[in-house]
Amino acid sequence: MSASPANPRQEPPAGSAALLEVRNLAKRFGAVEVLKDISLNIASGEFLTLLGESGSGKTTLLRLIAGFDEPSSGEIWMSGERLDLLPPYKRRVNTVFQNYALFPHLSARDNVAYGLRVKKVPANELNGRIGEALRMVKMQDFAGYRPSKLSGGQQQRIALARALVNRPQLLLLDEPLSALDANLRKQMQSELKSLQREIGVAFLFVTHDQEEAMALSDRIALLRDGALEQVAAPRDIYAQPATAYTAEFIGQTNLLRGEIRGGIVTCGALRWPLDQADGPVIFSLRPEAIRICADGKPQTSEAKFRASVRQQFYGGSSELLEVDCGSAQTLRVRIPAHGPLTGEHDFVFSLCDAIRVQE
Amino acid sequence: MRRSPLLALYAAFVFAFVYLPIVVLVLYSFNRDGVGGFPPRHFTLRWYTELFADSAIWDSLLNSLMVAGASVALSLALGLLAALALDRTDFPGKTLFRRLVLLPLILPGIITGLSLLMFAVFAGVQLSLITVLLGHATALVSVSTTELFAGLQKLDRAQEEASLDLGATPWQTFWRVTLPNLRLSLIAAGLLIFTLSMDEIAVTFFLFGRDNTLPLEIWARLRRGITPEINAISALILVVSVGLIVIWYHLRARSLGGGSQELL
Amino acid sequence: MYSRAYKSLVSIPPIAWVGAFLLLPYALMFVHSLWAVREGVIVHQWNWENYKTLFTNALYAEVLLRTMRIAASVTLCSILLGYPLAYYLAFHAGARKELLYLLVIVPLWVSYLVRGYAWKTILGSDGVLNGFLQYLHLTHEPVGFFLYSPFAVVLMLTHIYTPFVFLPIYAALEHIPRPLLEASEDLGAGSVQTFWRVILPLSMPGLLAGATFAFVLSLGDFLAPLLVGGPSGTMIANVVQSLFGAAFDWPLGAAISVGILVITISLLFLSELLEKRWAFK
Repeated sequence: MSASPANPRQEPPAGSAALLEVRNLAKRFGAVEVLKDISLNIASGEFLTLLGESGSGKTTLLRLIAGFDEPSSGEIWMSGERLDLLPPYKRRVNTVFQNYALFPHLSARDNVAYGLRVKKVPANELNGRIGEALRMVKMQDFAGYRPSKLSGGQQQRIALARALVNRPQLLLLDEPLSALDANLRKQMQSELKSLQREIGVAFLFVTHDQEEAMALSDRIALLRDGALEQVAAPRDIYAQPATAYTAEFIGQTNLLRGEIRGGIVTCGALRWPLDQADGPVIFSLRPEAIRICADGKPQTSEAKFRASVRQQFYGGSSELLEVDCGSAQTLRVRIPAHGPLTGEHDFVFSLCDAIRVQE
Repeated sequence: MRRSPLLALYAAFVFAFVYLPIVVLVLYSFNRDGVGGFPPRHFTLRWYTELFADSAIWDSLLNSLMVAGASVALSLALGLLAALALDRTDFPGKTLFRRLVLLPLILPGIITGLSLLMFAVFAGVQLSLITVLLGHATALVSVSTTELFAGLQKLDRAQEEASLDLGATPWQTFWRVTLPNLRLSLIAAGLLIFTLSMDEIAVTFFLFGRDNTLPLEIWARLRRGITPEINAISALILVVSVGLIVIWYHLRARSLGGGSQELL
Repeated sequence: MYSRAYKSLVSIPPIAWVGAFLLLPYALMFVHSLWAVREGVIVHQWNWENYKTLFTNALYAEVLLRTMRIAASVTLCSILLGYPLAYYLAFHAGARKELLYLLVIVPLWVSYLVRGYAWKTILGSDGVLNGFLQYLHLTHEPVGFFLYSPFAVVLMLTHIYTPFVFLPIYAALEHIPRPLLEASEDLGAGSVQTFWRVILPLSMPGLLAGATFAFVLSLGDFLAPLLVGGPSGTMIANVVQSLFGAAFDWPLGAAISVGILVITISLLFLSELLEKRWAFK
């Protein structure tokens, strides 16, 4: 199931019921339209990431689903019932907040117990579920501690346990890893992923970090200025970006702008045949799709160009080259570790790696 | 924003409770038939004109102004030093010192007043406006210390370090950097102390000699009987106080940035 | 960064002031309480008689008890008025919050005497309240107990101290991070449960500070009883005041003052202790 420029949407895998349906949701703050006509489905057990820059509306969308704000128009449905009409404390949805929002006057254990105590869960069941939740996040030994005595990573786990112990149908995570340092972040990403697999609860994860989104998600929903740019699985969104924005936001790319005339694409110094209608075009060509041409002749499915190496960035296992194709056209090329390169070289890429994208 | 009409109604009731007596007071200062009864009829300015002709009131007002002015000067000077001492030095008994400085804030005025009275008798000093001044200053140093300490906390230490780095002596740094940065705090504290001193009666009660301050003068008349003239002077005091406090609030908001809701 | 000269210059004057005008006078007061009065003159006869009188004389016990009751009533009423007001401003007032806050603190700095006097004119037999009730034909005679009663003292002092109690509670409520309230709702608690489980515990330090303030100052107030209390509304500070006035017994008055001082300091310590325990960062 691949996305093409005409249809940037992927729906959940066939056969799985949609747990959450967002229908034409819009949100205005005064005169500012923060969310515009969002429609999205989440399947049970799915790990869906809302990806976007700050101001893209991803946190607003999360808050609407959690119930902390009301939509200006549109509906949210969960398991066949209207969700947006319910206050937050009646929704089978729980949130892990960005700064954890742990109650400072309660111990870790009492924090986790909060939701259960509010619902008056009987004591023996309560203790059992708390123990289970703490074990799940590996915090059994820290149950008696106050949040102020816990590190950032530990607080994050307690926040997770506090939410999950209530057995929500959907878990919302608002950039939960952004306050952690790089190493801890990687570790928590891994734990989060395996936890989600294990318990099978649907996760709606918000982040601005596209690498994180790619590593964790079953599907990514890319938001731009309050609208959905593309919704697809990570591999698909990377290989087949629908728009220039998506191609640039996710991973690195070269955006080739030019036109088709009489079956030939011309983008600056690059030319290759393509049987499509005349007109302006944009192509996304990933740096790793370009390689140095050893022999003289390109294949019929390939295009070749000559450029001089302007800059070379060594990256351990690979090198990133900035090459000048002439007439102010610079491309980025990623090749396996090579050794210093200078002067002009021939470069080649497969035609099928040049993905046509919308503006 | 959440809505709760019941709570809003209750809040309105509390506001009414707090403001009603004041409104009634001002209203009846214009009432020809005096202070009681309902409803007030016959608007008159008679009580205000009588007030302006009352020389005893003017004398006591002058006394109050002098004491208040001197209180501001004394309290600010001592408060600034105390704030600096608390912020920048360490010495044995510092905690006790801090507690003692802040104690008059919460101690009933009668205790402060009586203890100073006994001190005056012990030292053989006659009661006068001077003793009143010392009483006010003792009670109000706690106010200026608190405000100036808060202002010092907001001060960027790096500015003073930069001044020293550029060759200024600590004395020069104090005048050129520290004090200007505390300007708003000083004015706000000064306004507050002025207002509190003008209104002070509990401590003053035990330390006054021949001369009355304004509150004492009003008190003396109250003992003799109620007249709407007192309403008139009260209304005037009200107007002036409100003006001063509004100015104080805006100054404080500017000097402390976001923390302007912390009074003490 | 600060030289020894700087530090000395800065700390010596205030320390000297505190010693001379706070420590010394309190010490003098204590010393006076150990003396006695013989034939209208203070004699330096060291004894504990005054304290014995305090604990054994029924008259003083009665006044002290009444004072405690009044102070407790004032504190309770101020909280009942001040807390909901602070809650409303912190969580429901929205854009009008700043203006309303200013409106609350303005009466604070308006003369104590002025406000007490206002109540005097309102509550009397010829006062505004009685006039109003008769105008509406709800009563036909002036109601006596409005003025010159403990009721009047409690009313006046509640009026004075409600804004004082409001301030620290409001500050504490404002300090509660909003995400905590959202988290509570997220976990299934409605407004009432969120209040009991999260807001109230976290506002305790502010509540305690305000309550201590109101209680201690009401305890030592002598002006309100003189204005609106009448004979049945006398409080312990009035007793002290008369002992330093017409009843001339400075040593006994000093002993009661020392008692008030001790109670104040004890309550302050207790309050501080509790605030530390309940201040969760």
